[in-house]
Amino acid sequence: MRYLPLTDTDRSDMLARVGVPGIDTLFADIPEKARLNGLLDLPKRASEMQVERQLSALAAKNTSAGSVPFFVGAGAYKHHVPATVDHLIQRSEFLTSYTPYQPEITQGTLQYLFEFQTQVARLTAMDVANASMYDGSTGTGEAVLMAHRITKRKKAVLSGGLHPQYRDVVEGLSNMANDEAVSLPADPAGTEDILAEIDDETSCVVVQSPSFYGQLIDLKPIAEKAHEKGALLIAVFTEVVSLGLIEPPGAQGADIVVGEGQSIGNGLNFGGPYVGLFATRQKYIRQMPGRLCGETIDAEGKRGFVLTLSTREQHIRRDKATSNICTNSGLCCLAFTIHMALLGQAGLTRLARINHANAVALKMALVAVPGVEVLNAAYFNEFTVKLPKRADAVVEALAEKDILAGVPVSRLEPGKTDLENLLVVASTEVNTEEDRAAFASALKEVLA
Amino acid sequence: MSMNTQGRPTTPGDVTESFRPKTFTGNRALDMEEPLIFEFGRLENTGVDLDEPDDFAPELGSHARTSEIGLPGLAEPEAMRHFVRLSRNNYAIDSGLYPLGSCTMKHNPRLNEKMARLPGFADIHPLQPASTVPGALKLIDDLAHWLMVMTGTSAVAMSPKAGAHGELCGMMAIKAAHTAAGRDPKIVLVPESAHGTNPATAALLGYKVVAIAAKDDGTVDLGALKETIGAHDGTIAGIMLTNPNTCGLFERDIIEIADLIHDAGGFFYCDGANFNAIVGKARPGDLGVDAMHINLHKTFSTPHGGGGPGSGPVVLSERLAPFAPLPFIRKTGDDLELVETEAALQDGEQPFGRMTAFHGQMGMYVRALSYMMSHGSDGLKQASEDAVLNANYVRVGLQDLMSLPFGEAPCMHEVLFDDTFLKDTGVSTLDFAKAMIDEGYHPMTMYFPLVVHGAMLIEPTESESRASLDLFIATMRDLVMRAKRGETERFAGAPYLAPRRRLDETMAARKPVLKWTEPEPAEVTPEAAE
Repeated sequence: MRYLPLTDTDRSDMLARVGVPGIDTLFADIPEKARLNGLLDLPKRASEMQVERQLSALAAKNTSAGSVPFFVGAGAYKHHVPATVDHLIQRSEFLTSYTPYQPEITQGTLQYLFEFQTQVARLTAMDVANASMYDGSTGTGEAVLMAHRITKRKKAVLSGGLHPQYRDVVEGLSNMANDEAVSLPADPAGTEDILAEIDDETSCVVVQSPSFYGQLIDLKPIAEKAHEKGALLIAVFTEVVSLGLIEPPGAQGADIVVGEGQSIGNGLNFGGPYVGLFATRQKYIRQMPGRLCGETIDAEGKRGFVLTLSTREQHIRRDKATSNICTNSGLCCLAFTIHMALLGQAGLTRLARINHANAVALKMALVAVPGVEVLNAAYFNEFTVKLPKRADAVVEALAEKDILAGVPVSRLEPGKTDLENLLVVASTEVNTEEDRAAFASALKEVLA
Repeated sequence: MSMNTQGRPTTPGDVTESFRPKTFTGNRALDMEEPLIFEFGRLENTGVDLDEPDDFAPELGSHARTSEIGLPGLAEPEAMRHFVRLSRNNYAIDSGLYPLGSCTMKHNPRLNEKMARLPGFADIHPLQPASTVPGALKLIDDLAHWLMVMTGTSAVAMSPKAGAHGELCGMMAIKAAHTAAGRDPKIVLVPESAHGTNPATAALLGYKVVAIAAKDDGTVDLGALKETIGAHDGTIAGIMLTNPNTCGLFERDIIEIADLIHDAGGFFYCDGANFNAIVGKARPGDLGVDAMHINLHKTFSTPHGGGGPGSGPVVLSERLAPFAPLPFIRKTGDDLELVETEAALQDGEQPFGRMTAFHGQMGMYVRALSYMMSHGSDGLKQASEDAVLNANYVRVGLQDLMSLPFGEAPCMHEVLFDDTFLKDTGVSTLDFAKAMIDEGYHPMTMYFPLVVHGAMLIEPTESESRASLDLFIATMRDLVMRAKRGETERFAGAPYLAPRRRLDETMAARKPVLKWTEPEPAEVTPEAAE
């Protein structure tokens, strides 16, 4: 087997050295009735070429985003990632290293985590960021738990603009932990009155901007009302590129900011692995979940970096830890850090302008189709359209014409008649004028 | 000194062996100092060529950004050099033996990387129509099949993002099963040797954690377990047990433990971090396990990537299967259907909720399946056997000089030493570990598990050749002899030869500096200005 260096001669010599008659002696503690004597009922070993052939055949059955006009977003976005990023993250020293438990020989990982934390703090205009969560949705769940610890209250109020699957994650966790989560009805246009829901028992308000439906939300009044009631504002985003152009949550009074960082450096990957961004105010750092990288010096006075404040974490604090998270999204952070370092604010701002301009152009093309209405007054690279018929059927019909048109809201919010005709569409820098024209003309045909 | 015809010396000549010049740059040849991006990048620079949009008529309402972001950009050559230089300060499995016990640093085949990057896997969106991704659903279903066959279980929840997330998923399924049965037990039993994630997970769900003591041989004390169960009769939600355990031992009484827990009305959660020792040798389902996460990033070699991403699918027994979270794939004959919401449920399906947005770690699934297919049933079994053989080879190579807390019995895939052999040497486990760095090794897991003093947990994995193990054993023996001979300086100050000397963790925690900030401009005194 190509991955196993021991030869049969090695094995018999080593067994003799260990002093056992055969390998099974080393497995003697397995209760006899549970020992497997033959092989598992699975295929036998395969060469590299055979594996490649079989998996390539499976991959070929899928329609990849890059092969068609593509407008699907709703929490994951197709962006162009520079070739440098994928080259660098495949360097052995990054790819095949563990969590940096021995800082003297993992300064490479630790320094990029420190750079990542700085980038995220600046993007969100917050004091500190951690070294990542699994993704935006699980990060949102952790943010709510953190708010409960800080406020010593148990009720979260979730905006109707929050990604429905993020909401489901928070609700599930709250339900299991015997906390309360109050979710407002779906709010495509951003007109809900969330202020009325904030009371003296509210621990936190969770608001997404741009919302799941693409609407930009003014967080300031929500932060003010929350703070007046002793609650925290958790600001969520799923499209980090938006921060190149819109007012960051930190400048609007957010106490915890959680976001999905996939757009920068990371591909779609059918939903994972992604990278959760998590930032907060200085005063709350000891309540943060996840790893933190901090600056220090070594025995010779040279600057270096270490994992720090680990007394918050499970391997030290066990059942008193702020979270159970251990492995996070290390390599996805690296991809984010490299892509963001290449962009810089100059590149990010321009990328954001292109995204927004393409979305505006897409809106123009779609509203020209009879019967199509756009629900959002202010948006970034994504918005919701109301169609004259069920959106899921329209999306299927367009897929048959090789256009991936967006996400029907009913896929995530089934059985709600007022949402059945809504379609969330996204447009990034990858879309061309031809893509938009193809989408609009196909939509016109399908709706006719 | 010999010379070539141009007068260029071609032999080293006389050198002063101990002379190590202090360099102007602080660099030491290939060992380079590298500043932070923020210290050399420029705000106006960028390494990505993008054209301004032709006409820009924003529809951002009143939400446009009003302040500068403050992120410098790097041209591509600068970025390449920066990150390549950083990478050179990292130890990696590709460059040396990485014996971190319980972490399973085995070889990461590059075929898996290539497969995960096929556009049909890497460039598909989780919410594009399911009809456009039949190959993706088939891949997930194939992987689920391999996992269920290997573990002898009847369902698998694929979506958890890493091991601890899998633990949470498994424990949520257990809680949901209790709730569905009209029960609300409050206690979860966790052996003292458990990973910290176990008690942290149980506590997250509001459970009270009760510790179970170990016997002198490092395995669960069945008598103590019976007593604890008796003392909390009717309130036991379950047990969280790692098997093989974190001492590197297979829990011999595991079937009895499972029976005891089941009789008490509880479920058996198995932490699958060490499943790599027994793949193809035993199936957790046959041992009475109700739920177990599988770290695809350990057992099935998806790269650790400096701390992630991982993937932690959870296999479930028949009793827990109905509670598997959304989303899941429903198989009817050859048809695969992606079930994402409660509206699509059929009779008997009672998911407890959702662990994450979308469908889990597809990128890791592809790598893990590629690894499994490459090994096959025969290769997977051989890998487990080689991992256990290698660990025992290290054990017998060191047991006369180092101290085994539980006697000279065979271990599974990792061998645990304590610090008794360092007694009176003035060398601690930490010092010993740091001295290994100077010898070119990543230290083993240290001070874990907590049940032995100064723990050193060594997991060589099946990826090491016999020659590699021989050199490792010889090196460790040499270090032990030096410690015993009183060469404390080698240990107390170690590492001496790494990119950094020992780092001040106390200072880092006392006044945390968690991001770069512009240094205050130095005050220029009139004298200095002159």
